[in-house]
Amino acid sequence: MKDLLLIFISTVLINNFVLSYFLGICPFLGVSAKYESAFGMGMAVVFVMTLATAISWIIYHLVLAKLGLFFLEYVVFILVIASLVQIVEMFIRKFSPALYQSLGIYLPLITTNCSILGAALFMVTRNYKFLEAVVFGFSGGIGFSLVLMIMAGIREELKYADVPRVFKGAPITLITASLLALIFMGFSGLISS
Amino acid sequence: MNNFIKGLWKEHPVLRQLLGMCPTLAVTTTALNGLSMGCAVIFVLFFSSLVVSLIKRIVPHQVRIAVYTVIIATFVTIVDIFFKAQFPKISEQLGPYVPLIIVNCIILGRCEAFASRYSVKDSLFDALGMGIGFTWGLFILGTVREVLGSRTFLGIEILPSSFNPLVVMVLPSGAFLVLGFMIAAMNKIEERSK
Repeated sequence: MKDLLLIFISTVLINNFVLSYFLGICPFLGVSAKYESAFGMGMAVVFVMTLATAISWIIYHLVLAKLGLFFLEYVVFILVIASLVQIVEMFIRKFSPALYQSLGIYLPLITTNCSILGAALFMVTRNYKFLEAVVFGFSGGIGFSLVLMIMAGIREELKYADVPRVFKGAPITLITASLLALIFMGFSGLISS
Repeated sequence: MNNFIKGLWKEHPVLRQLLGMCPTLAVTTTALNGLSMGCAVIFVLFFSSLVVSLIKRIVPHQVRIAVYTVIIATFVTIVDIFFKAQFPKISEQLGPYVPLIIVNCIILGRCEAFASRYSVKDSLFDALGMGIGFTWGLFILGTVREVLGSRTFLGIEILPSSFNPLVVMVLPSGAFLVLGFMIAAMNKIEERSK
């Protein structure tokens, strides 16, 4: 239990996917202009990332490792993620139209969100057990959503700020992200290794 | 020819289209890492564009993205195995960011937006231009971060030891900062040339 809690805290705050591994930067810059869409995207990522790490773990350890097909790792993982996204989309559309309304448009974007594939790859290199891998995927998603929502909150306020013309848009967003990354570095003291 | 040149500046993948940000920010702690990542991307982009534009007529529209992704993943696996065998040190430093080229939006973006519509020759020029554009972006970003963050350039010390290295440059925070300023500089140059 303690291990799982440690994985959760370190993945959400200390080794945050966005701010210290730079995974999922594209949606981080693209969807963070409005708070509402940031929330929708965040929830969709939590959902898919948890499922994707769980299924990738099962396939990697029970199929690829048994057969020694390690070189197929990347192809298999990306196929798992792409088909998972597709299935989740169809499933939600069928059973919960309300949820589909809010998450639907973000789901196709998730296939190319590198944080999902990143989570699957890290889970392999770190030799996580099944439960650890699931918690890792879940907390990776939570960490992503947290930063995405903080960023969206800042950017909504930033609209009213007087930003120099050449810094408008992407540059000021990146500099804001830089300051956020500095702030999150403060969390690294939470766990003494 | 225009297909080649536009990727170098006018439609620069990183600085103009903001594509492929993950490897851009993650591996550029040194200039050499940026350069190696750039070369890997050029290779994958070139061959994926080649294959995609060759098979564009026989791939059904509905499954095209899945097909492109599998093609890209195959070439990325080749690069990854090659790096591991030939340049184990670089491979170790780039870590998971080599396999992550699969989901680099530059490659899928060029396959979808260009290679699946134009002839093989045009696609190859487009791929080379975008790849080289990407590489110089990474190289500059890596150079700034390496020189300011650890006083070296390509591993050789170039600043006197009296210069206190700005450690923040090699940390994640510095990556965002330098890239932000690079895009702002690009905007400024663009504005002046108008």
